[in-house]
Amino acid sequence: MSEQYLLEMNEIVKSFPGVKALKGVTLKIRPGEIHGLVGENGAGKSTLMKCLMGIYKPDNGTILFNGKEIKNYSVRDAMNYGIAMIQQELSPVYHRSIMSNIFLGNEPKTNLGFIDWNRMKVESLEWLKKVDVEEDPTREMHELTIAKMRMVEVARALASDAKLLIMDEPTSALTTKEVKQLFTTMRKIKEMGNSIVFITHRLDEIFEVCDQITVFRDGESVGYVKPTEIDQNGLIQLMVGREIKNLYPKTECTKGEVALKVENLSMGHSFKDVSFEVRHGEILGVAGLVGAGRTEVIETIFGLHKKSSGKIFIEGKEVEINSSSDAFDNGMALLTEERRKDGIFPILDIRFNTTVANLKHYIRKSNLINHQAITADTKEYIKKLDVKTPSDKQLIQFLSGGNQQKVLISRLLLTEPKIIFLDEPTRGIDVGAKSEIHRLINDLAHQGISVVMVSSELPEIMGMSDRIMVMHEGKVTGILENKDINQSVIMEYASGIRDDFVPAETERVNA
Amino acid sequence: MNTQAEGMQRFYKTIQKYGIVFVLLFMMIIFMVINPTFISVNNLIKIANQASIYGIMALGVTLIIIARGIDLSMGSQVAFAGLIIASLGQLQTATFKVYPNLPELPVIVPIAVGLLIATLVGATNGFFVAITGIPAFIATLGMTTILRGACLLYTKGQPVTNLVPGIVFFGESLFGIPMPVIVYMLMALLTYILLNHTRFGSDAYAIGGNVQAARVSGINVSLATIKVFAFSGLMCGVAALVFAGRVRSVHPGAATGYELTAIAATTIGGTSQTGGIGTVWGAVVGTLVLSVLRNGLTMVGVDGYWQQIVEGMIIIGAVIIDMRKNAKAN
Ligand SMILES: Nc1ncnc2c1ncn2[C@@H]1O[C@H](COP(=O)(O)OP(=O)(O)OP(=O)(O)O)[C@@H](O)[C@H]1O
Ligand SMILES: [Mg+2]
Repeated sequence: MSEQYLLEMNEIVKSFPGVKALKGVTLKIRPGEIHGLVGENGAGKSTLMKCLMGIYKPDNGTILFNGKEIKNYSVRDAMNYGIAMIQQELSPVYHRSIMSNIFLGNEPKTNLGFIDWNRMKVESLEWLKKVDVEEDPTREMHELTIAKMRMVEVARALASDAKLLIMDEPTSALTTKEVKQLFTTMRKIKEMGNSIVFITHRLDEIFEVCDQITVFRDGESVGYVKPTEIDQNGLIQLMVGREIKNLYPKTECTKGEVALKVENLSMGHSFKDVSFEVRHGEILGVAGLVGAGRTEVIETIFGLHKKSSGKIFIEGKEVEINSSSDAFDNGMALLTEERRKDGIFPILDIRFNTTVANLKHYIRKSNLINHQAITADTKEYIKKLDVKTPSDKQLIQFLSGGNQQKVLISRLLLTEPKIIFLDEPTRGIDVGAKSEIHRLINDLAHQGISVVMVSSELPEIMGMSDRIMVMHEGKVTGILENKDINQSVIMEYASGIRDDFVPAETERVNA
Repeated sequence: MNTQAEGMQRFYKTIQKYGIVFVLLFMMIIFMVINPTFISVNNLIKIANQASIYGIMALGVTLIIIARGIDLSMGSQVAFAGLIIASLGQLQTATFKVYPNLPELPVIVPIAVGLLIATLVGATNGFFVAITGIPAFIATLGMTTILRGACLLYTKGQPVTNLVPGIVFFGESLFGIPMPVIVYMLMALLTYILLNHTRFGSDAYAIGGNVQAARVSGINVSLATIKVFAFSGLMCGVAALVFAGRVRSVHPGAATGYELTAIAATTIGGTSQTGGIGTVWGAVVGTLVLSVLRNGLTMVGVDGYWQQIVEGMIIIGAVIIDMRKNAKAN
């Protein structure tokens, strides 16, 4: 039993004020292995990886890398050992070039000690090629799509010469096609003899790409299995400690009048002539590749972007929506795609984050804020959505990613909207919570609320929607009844192979 | 249509990026039309000369703001370093001497000591910000008061005059170009190289752009922050030297409020208060905008009170444009 591991983490303990995030977990990784790490939100996956990376110091336990014990080290040291991490929440330096990001903190220098921009550019091109990104390395990061930013981060990890690459939910923001591409890259890395820790909530991905799986539950490692020895249900049971019966608990409900109607909506270069309607009690799924303009459409309806043309009707009446507060006044609510950037107030507590959109309901006649009511409602939603937190006063930045999402959904529900826009509502959410959120969405529909749900997960789209709108490069290519269709049909619409709305006449001749 | 749209976009981007240069040229043309002597060589040299002191300070604070900090103590740093330089570089014949028994030192000594102390003061600011975590605004505000007190204490409230020629030299001209302008240009070049071609500058951008990413990349955020503030201190020291040379004396209340002009110049030049964005040429052009404005308004006969109002409006206008630009970028 003297197997040579690349990494051995033994009995790691880590506490935060009020939370014991890791209660003595073990993780063993062989050289040249893709190792899946799964567990519910808040199980401690990211925490363990941050301990490994030198961002947190574990309270207890040993770490062996390449057979040697390492302890009390900094991020810099970890990188020198050959460990690199792609964080769960994207964190590039947006206003710097791609190459600056690839070599951040690791810039090649000339003999004189100056940064060698030429070499950086040349080498960046090589790394970008390895991860199949065709971009000019001098482009600024914020101009890229999320998928490409991810790939740049992978390139960055590779450039730091990592033997062990930690990928904390790298696929959560990617579409099927991009995930495939990432997997190809991951396999390449594996063939080079390096190892990867791969964290994801999409279990099918685990089975597709991993050689070995470790399962976490509540800060403990509860399983060490090979994907060949277990099936998806077994894995879920290990993770959750119980059986999840139905991931997509959608039930038929009666549809009412048209609640929202959009006519020929366009916005700059982002999308053109988008028309659709949603009835009360209906769930409209919006599918498409990242960059198809789905997010832009719902954000424009919500008043976050200025439309260039088109009309919006609510309950049959045309409305002008120029800001998000107009949208709120018209009974709309939006769950944004990028929770870190647009959603949470990281340094404020859960109570604030839950109730901020709805504060006017907590103002007493005396104009003072009714804190008891805030606390009561926050606690209610913590319970309803099963948010894992030591208290309602915890700062939201200390919650795990999935639990942050639950708080944001609470915020949305508290405003009692009539029309809800959900942009990737279960991104980064574990199976258990996912089925709860799906149940919630289903309940909303039963209450007569109209739901517009953008998702890059086709099973989710197909499992939850009444109808599916598919977009391709800023255009609607199809609006389909969700009956007897399969993934490949949707993909054909999403990639523009099929298009039900091809203009009858090609009038743009001199375009 | 596509290429045309792209071309338009590129044009638009260029305008946005170099908009401040157009503003500068536009202002100069207007002043020239109203009063042609504005554009005379003498006057242009004068403008550059007037710009140099806070221009040098603006270089330092540009780095600080890029790293998402601020330094309100720059004016007092200039006064303090200036007093040190002056006190060690007084003529033997001076009436009031800070060190009555000090022989005349080689001029490199007062300059070196002054620059060193200025750098240390800057590093102290950086230390407070990086290690204790107090906001830069507060740390440097406190430092202002401390330094002004130290200035008064150091010379017992007296101005220091009768400086040696080696110091006065920095206020004179070389081949018809004022030394302050020469020093300013050299410092701009130095800052440019540091910011764009060394780890030092790269780290500043990274910290201001995304401190979390910087940490995860193994950048020593504290040390880099201290360095950035120390560099700004050094620039204040250089500004102090130029100040001493030009004014030929330094008093404890010298350079009061200069930091605000320097910060304004940086801001006009497009350095974003949210960090991670800013350039040296922007700082230089921003400085020139202010200097041209002050000089030009005087030349065309606008009264001094109005000048201040116009200046204030320009600063706010510049930030509004800047924020729109960066909002677009996101
Ligand atoms: N800095 C911190 N301070 C306080 N509590 C923290 C901190 N970081 C994490 N926690 C807590 O530790 C627990 C584990 O969190 P962690 O982020 O590791 O979960 P995770 O498994 O990565 O979940 P997810 O899948 O949602 O990302 C959670 O209960 C979380 O609230
Ligand atoms: Mg996590």
